[in-house]
Amino acid sequence: MHDATIAHLAQSLKDRTVSSKELTKHFLERISRLDTSLNSFITVCEEEALAQAESADERLATGDVTPLTGIPIAHKDIFCTEGVKTSCGSRILDNFISPYDATVVSKLKAAGAVMLGKTNMDEFAMGSSNETSFYGVVHNPWDTTRVPGGSSGGSAAAVAAQLVSGATGTDTGGSIRQPAALTGITGLKPTYGRVSRYGMVAFASSLDQAGTLTKTAEDSALMLQAMAGADERDSTSLSATVPDFSKVQKGAWENITIGVPDNFFDDSLDTKNAQLVKEALSVFEKLGARIKDIHLKHIHLSVPVYYVVAPAEASSNLSRFDGVRFGHRSEHAENLTEFYMKTRGEGFGSEVKRRILTGTYVLSAGYYDAYYLQAQKVRQLISQDFAEAFKTVDVIAGPTTPTPAFRIGQKTDDPIQMYLNDMYTIGAPLAGLPALSMPCGFINNLPVGLQLIGPHLSEEKLLKAGYYYQQETDWHNFVPPGYEA
Amino acid sequence: MLLNREDVEKLCLLSRLEITPEEMEDVSAKLSDIVNMVKQLQAAETTGVLPMAHPLDQAQRMREDKATETDHHEKYQQNASLVERDLYLVPKVID
Repeated sequence: MHDATIAHLAQSLKDRTVSSKELTKHFLERISRLDTSLNSFITVCEEEALAQAESADERLATGDVTPLTGIPIAHKDIFCTEGVKTSCGSRILDNFISPYDATVVSKLKAAGAVMLGKTNMDEFAMGSSNETSFYGVVHNPWDTTRVPGGSSGGSAAAVAAQLVSGATGTDTGGSIRQPAALTGITGLKPTYGRVSRYGMVAFASSLDQAGTLTKTAEDSALMLQAMAGADERDSTSLSATVPDFSKVQKGAWENITIGVPDNFFDDSLDTKNAQLVKEALSVFEKLGARIKDIHLKHIHLSVPVYYVVAPAEASSNLSRFDGVRFGHRSEHAENLTEFYMKTRGEGFGSEVKRRILTGTYVLSAGYYDAYYLQAQKVRQLISQDFAEAFKTVDVIAGPTTPTPAFRIGQKTDDPIQMYLNDMYTIGAPLAGLPALSMPCGFINNLPVGLQLIGPHLSEEKLLKAGYYYQQETDWHNFVPPGYEA
Repeated sequence: MLLNREDVEKLCLLSRLEITPEEMEDVSAKLSDIVNMVKQLQAAETTGVLPMAHPLDQAQRMREDKATETDHHEKYQQNASLVERDLYLVPKVID
C-alpha cells in the first residue's frame, strides 16, 4: 500500500478495495517502526488521524469525494493545526498549541485528507539540512549519516521512506525543492501567492510559499488542486483562477522550448550531477522539446540578495515571539527589556539568532540603503532576467542542488557554505516564480534532482512536463533500501 | 573582523536577543562573514532600477472595513504563560 502513489491510492479508495482506516493504520505502523532511524516527525497524531480516516470512509461510502479523500498526509510543522502542537522546529514554540488551522490545513481537511502528524524542519525554516531543528536532525533515508536537506527535511524524508503518501512543505529559498532533490522525490514550489500563507508561520513574507512533496508530479497536481486559490485572510494570495491541474495527465504533450542557463553549470556543480541533468534534458528532447542555451546575467547575485532580504523580513516577522502571549517565557528577568532578551535568547537556536541579527544589521540606520534597498534593486534585475528569458523559452531547466546530500555536521560550522547549497533554487522565489524538482538519477546511490522553473502561474506547464518526464523515466520509483517493506 | 563585540551587543539590544558571553566570538565571526558575503551586492550597477515591491507587481488587495472575527481571547490566552483578569502579564515596566 505504501509504495502506491496518491493517484493509485485514490482509485483503490474509490473502488473500496482498501479503506482509509486500513491505510491510516498501515502508515502509522510504518512511522512507529521506521521513524526512529529518521526523526522525520515531531508529532504523530494517531487518534486524530484514525478519527479523520473514519469520517473519510463514511464520505467514501457516499461517493462525495475528492482525489485526496482518505489519503494519509503530513504537514510540515510550520502550518498551524488547531489543537495540535505547532512548533516550527523551535524551542520558543515547544509549548504552542495552535488555536486555529492554517488555510492549507483547512483546505486539505475539507478535501478529506487524513493528517498523520507534523513533520520535522529546520527551526523557523532557516536551514538547508534540517540540522537546526530543536527536535534534532532528520536523517536521509538513502544514507542515515547524511542530511535530507531542508528546511522541509522531515516532510521529504517521510515521503521518501514511504511513511506517508504526500506532505506539505514551504519554500523560501529552496526549502521544498532542495530536500526533494536530496531524498529522490518530487517537490513543487508554486508561484508566490498561488497558495495562501494564512496560518503558515512567517519567515520571509515576500518569498514564503507553501507547496508539495510527493512521489510524482501527478500526485503534486492532486495536492496543489486542493491547496491553491485566493484567500481573503492572506491579502498577498493571488486572485488568479486555479486551473484544473488534473489535465496534467490528460492533456497531450506539447512541444516546449527549454532554456538552459550556462550559469547553472558552473564550477560549483558536481560533474556527475551535471551529466545527469544533461541526460534528463535529452529525455525531453526525445519527447520533442527544443533545448536553448540562455544566460541569466544577475543570477550569481541571488545568494547575497537572499541573505539580505530574507533575514531582514525574518527579523521583523520574528519580533512577535516575545514570551508574553504564547511560547517559551524566561523566568529569569528583572525588567521588560531583559525579559524579552532572555526569552528570545533561550528560545531561539543559533541559526535563527544569526539571521535575526543579520536582518537587524541590514535594516539599521546608515545601512538600509546600502544593503536592503540595493538588494531589492538587484532582486528586480534578477526577476527581469527571468522575464526576458521567458520571452523565448517556456521553462528553464537546471540542477536543483550542486551536489547530492552531504554528511550530517559537514557544513554546520560554515554558514556561507551551507547557504551556497541553495544557489540554484534561490532565484525562483526571488522572482516569485513556480519551480519543480524531480529525481533524475543517482550519484553513489544518492539521488539528485532536475529543476524546472516556469513563468508566473505556470504550475500546470511544469507539472505536465514533470508528468511526461516521469512517464519516460523511473527515477521516481526508486525506494531507499530498508524502507521498501 | 567586520563586526566587533560592541557592534554585536548593539544589534542584540536592537533585536531584543541575548547572546551569552561564550557565544559572542563565534557570533561576531560568522556575522562578519555573512556581511562580507552580501557586500558584493554593492558592486552591482543599479542606477535607475526600482527596488522590487512585489514579485508579481500586485497591489495589496483591500477588503471591506467590516468586523469579521469574533472574540477568541479565552482560547488564545490558553497559550500564554501568565494571565490575570484576562490580561497578559509582563514584568514591571514602571517603578
